Amino acid sequence: MAAPAMERTDVGDGSTGRSAVQTVTMAKSLNLAMRSALESDPKVLVMGEDVGKLGGVFRVTDGLQKDFGEHRVLGTPLAESGIIGTAVGLAIRGYRPVCEIQFDGFIFPGYDQIVSQLAKLHFRSQGKVTMSVVVRVPFGGGIGAVEHHSESPESLFAHVAGVKVVACSNPADAYWMLRQAIACDDPVLFFEPKRRYYEKAELDTEAQPPPLFTSRVLRRGSAATIATYGPTVHTCLAAASAAAEEGTELEVVDLRSLSPLDLEPVFESVRRTGRLVLASEAPAESSVTSEIAARVQQECFYSLEAPVLRVTGFDVPYPPTKLEKHYLPDLDRVLDAVDRSLAF
Amino acid sequence: MSPEHWTRPAHPANETDDVRTEPPAATAAKPTREQVIAGLRATSEGGADLVQLLTPEGQRVSHPDFDIDFTAEQLRDLYRDMVLVRRFDREGNALQRQGQLGIWVPLLGQEAAQVGAGRAMRPRDMAFPSYREHGVAWCRGLDPTELLGIFRGTDHGSWDPLSTGFHLYTIVIGNQALNATGYAMGQKFDGKVGDDDGEATMVFFGDGATSQGDVHEAMVWGSVYDAPLVLFCQNNQWAISEPLERQTRVPLYRRAEGYGFPGIRVDGNDVLASLAVSQWALDECRHGNGPVLIEAFTYRMDAHTTTDDPTRYRLTDELEAWKLKDPIERLRVHLVREHDAGQDFFDDVQAESDALAARFRDFCFAMPEPDPSRIFSEVYAEESPVVAAQRDEQLRYLDGFAEPAQGGAH
Repeated sequence: MAAPAMERTDVGDGSTGRSAVQTVTMAKSLNLAMRSALESDPKVLVMGEDVGKLGGVFRVTDGLQKDFGEHRVLGTPLAESGIIGTAVGLAIRGYRPVCEIQFDGFIFPGYDQIVSQLAKLHFRSQGKVTMSVVVRVPFGGGIGAVEHHSESPESLFAHVAGVKVVACSNPADAYWMLRQAIACDDPVLFFEPKRRYYEKAELDTEAQPPPLFTSRVLRRGSAATIATYGPTVHTCLAAASAAAEEGTELEVVDLRSLSPLDLEPVFESVRRTGRLVLASEAPAESSVTSEIAARVQQECFYSLEAPVLRVTGFDVPYPPTKLEKHYLPDLDRVLDAVDRSLAF
Repeated sequence: MSPEHWTRPAHPANETDDVRTEPPAATAAKPTREQVIAGLRATSEGGADLVQLLTPEGQRVSHPDFDIDFTAEQLRDLYRDMVLVRRFDREGNALQRQGQLGIWVPLLGQEAAQVGAGRAMRPRDMAFPSYREHGVAWCRGLDPTELLGIFRGTDHGSWDPLSTGFHLYTIVIGNQALNATGYAMGQKFDGKVGDDDGEATMVFFGDGATSQGDVHEAMVWGSVYDAPLVLFCQNNQWAISEPLERQTRVPLYRRAEGYGFPGIRVDGNDVLASLAVSQWALDECRHGNGPVLIEAFTYRMDAHTTTDDPTRYRLTDELEAWKLKDPIERLRVHLVREHDAGQDFFDDVQAESDALAARFRDFCFAMPEPDPSRIFSEVYAEESPVVAAQRDEQLRYLDGFAEPAQGGAH
């Protein structure tokens, strides 16, 4: 990605330095995005368990309560339905709450309020009530956590009409996508790949970001297309680099938006490559990857040289950590699927 | 015996040492005759703490904390409100029976609780109803015809929640308690709390909803954020077929103590008490002393909805006992005895209610079918390309059935 020529400063974590291009962790990017939103709009609130003095269990909200006060950054009681349900009421009042759910597997007590109220009030009120709420969800595995801390429930929300679902994969997207999600007048489920929180990359805070609900081609190639999102983007890019060393150029699309899906770049890519491998940590059945497979066969039937293949988690509860290396799609499983696709 | 003295069912355990195949004793126990009578009393007597200003016999009584003066005009207005609300509620029920509405949710018997609470609210206050709050809707200035779309199936609520100060009906039990709490927190964050001009939020839910986690969480949130929130529980004794004893082991108003704010039980069939207590509670919230829990002790005299059959689960005697506490009749008697209300007044209200019912009915018959494009509109504030594509395809498909335009050569 070509960055404009600018002064570069590695400000790292914990810095308050302000230059257009910085090398930061994803956690810091998200923090900067919330800080920027809190500064620019007095109606933006950050709320969730432990988001105050602790700065969140991943420290993503570090320092925000200190700088913006307890009425802008609310360390809430411990109940997810309460967090989402009060955010709905605050949105009716004109606020723009940004809720943090501590871990993917804890979102289910809040599922009722998301599905029954957050997703439906704009439609039910025929547009008179706007649900400008962001729900941030650290998701995915690979951090060696106990159960309920490593799940990928995004497909459950992508299936819900009325909410939008996005997943970031790198610090620059984390910053811009969160800022855009907060500015969006629709409810956005914002999935953050927690095992990528502390990976660093460049962030240009004066860039012109692409629209929020779009996918993006991260690597060009002609042999096969890989479409993925969230934590497996990094895995797939690594797989593409490994394949390139053996002369196979893979195209990698970061889906970014899971609902609505922006599949035109995928269709365009598949029409050129004739092959598609989908990668995701979520269980395969009735998932985002299922939807993409269905749509690609509908739109690209005559271009396909091989069936659409998927590399995913399995249709089992997330396993104990000593087994997660077998559960999570890794570089080898992605390349194995590419090989099977190319062998057709 | 009051509800405070409910007895637990006797457990006939340890009667013998036989190995049994029956269900566990706690569920197998049949209530004794005394327990049946105690249960009946529990659903018809509010206990010593019940705030009442007008007895079922229409006698004005005083209360040391909640006594306010009502002018004859105010009393007549409250009577009129209740009669009109009951009338269009009955018309809604009839329209369902005639096949004009898919379902109706009757409020019969709860007019005083709702009109009292609704009339205590000010325009800038916000009400969060469940789905039986037709009387509150009336007090917030909604035309009753605006409620019809939900039950006829033409919309999910057509009114503007923000301009009316009356949120959309909420069907998932208890969800609105948390939404109301968030709204009330917003009122506080906006600096609209602290003096006589302060704002407040009132949320309506039933006794069944008190078992829901959301109502518990609303009380926690409301308490720790000092939200200007009046939690108005209409205890109508039945959650469809489940009696109050399946929801709680303590009177509901006493739960407030556990959350750290006042709980008050008011005679929900006494519009004066309902109004006085609601006004006090809203004032507390306006001044920053919220939340407050009000338990309006009342009774659902009709079915839960028109699909329900209360004869399967409750005693006729219970209904007959509550008919003697009718909220409208007691105010009528009071107006006649103490305020010289003559037949002309009652005839006028009757005529007005007949006209409202006729207009309500005519409006229902004349409601147009919604346009199919409504399925796809306002799903999102920022249009989704997926929904837009589905809309375009469906409308194209429907256009295929359109009659070709007439004209040209014969």
